[in-house]
Amino acid sequence: MREAIEMKRGLVTVVVLLVLAVGALAMAGQPPATPAAQEGFVPVNSLPQAEQLPAAPLLIAAYAFVWVALMMYVWFLWRRMTRVERELAELNRRVQRR
Amino acid sequence: MSRVFAPLAFVVMALFAMAPIIVSHAPYEQTMGLVQKVFYYHVPSAMLMFISAFVCGIASAVFLFKRSAAADRVAVAAGELVVLFGIIVLVTGPLWARKAWGVWWEWDARLTSSLLLWMIFLAYLLVRRYGGPGSEKLAGAMALFGMANVPFVYVSVNYWRTIHPKTSVLMTLGPGMRSAFWFCTVSFGLLYVLLLTLRRRLEDQQAQVERLYLTLEE
Repeated sequence: MREAIEMKRGLVTVVVLLVLAVGALAMAGQPPATPAAQEGFVPVNSLPQAEQLPAAPLLIAAYAFVWVALMMYVWFLWRRMTRVERELAELNRRVQRR
Repeated sequence: MSRVFAPLAFVVMALFAMAPIIVSHAPYEQTMGLVQKVFYYHVPSAMLMFISAFVCGIASAVFLFKRSAAADRVAVAAGELVVLFGIIVLVTGPLWARKAWGVWWEWDARLTSSLLLWMIFLAYLLVRRYGGPGSEKLAGAMALFGMANVPFVYVSVNYWRTIHPKTSVLMTLGPGMRSAFWFCTVSFGLLYVLLLTLRRRLEDQQAQVERLYLTLEE
């Protein structure tokens, strides 16, 4: 039994280390960062056509993630509240019956 | 609470429905172009992550020094929201960085300290969830350390060499950018109040459930 637990722990450790190693390799393999505005943002009215396409999926992904994360949190919160309210009602009934 | 709650929820939904339209009308940034518009959700989320860390830290201090159970419930609610807004910051940031800097992630002072702040509050929640009896005091101390980390995360861009925009960026925003930014900040702020109220209410109800179980056992 103990051997099985230790083996499971060892396996989990190996998997975690592998995930970290893959992450580190991916980080090391990326190209160097390019400088962008740091001191202030300068507004412009027009944008070159070539610039619009690559940025759009990233922008849409960012906004979609925010919406999905917030919606999911509200949904989880609503589920938890419904469950607790049901439990509360049941307990109140049991206390009154005593 | 219910009298204020419904109108507030309606206002928040209306603001969030209008936000993408307001953001789409904001001007493009000269060097980053379209992707800079991630800024309008990224920065308010970061501000709320910081505010929530302060709420959690202060409520934890009240709990630790005055033994206030109500403060502890506020701390848990705020701690969960640090993790929620933190994950938004940590996902939208790399999506912006990929285009602006050419990389998803850079181990610079701002990004690394933000990740650490988020991990402290994630650990706070895990300790609360799995720490067993008495873990709320240990978690409270963790929240204090998390809160103390916030000023360092905020000023990190000004004191260390980093590629992240500096805090002064907000002061230099043009009129079109400024109005869109404050619109989104107010929307996120009201949403935060709404979520904190709901989450604290859930904690209150859970405490009531525990009290009723004790009553039944007696």
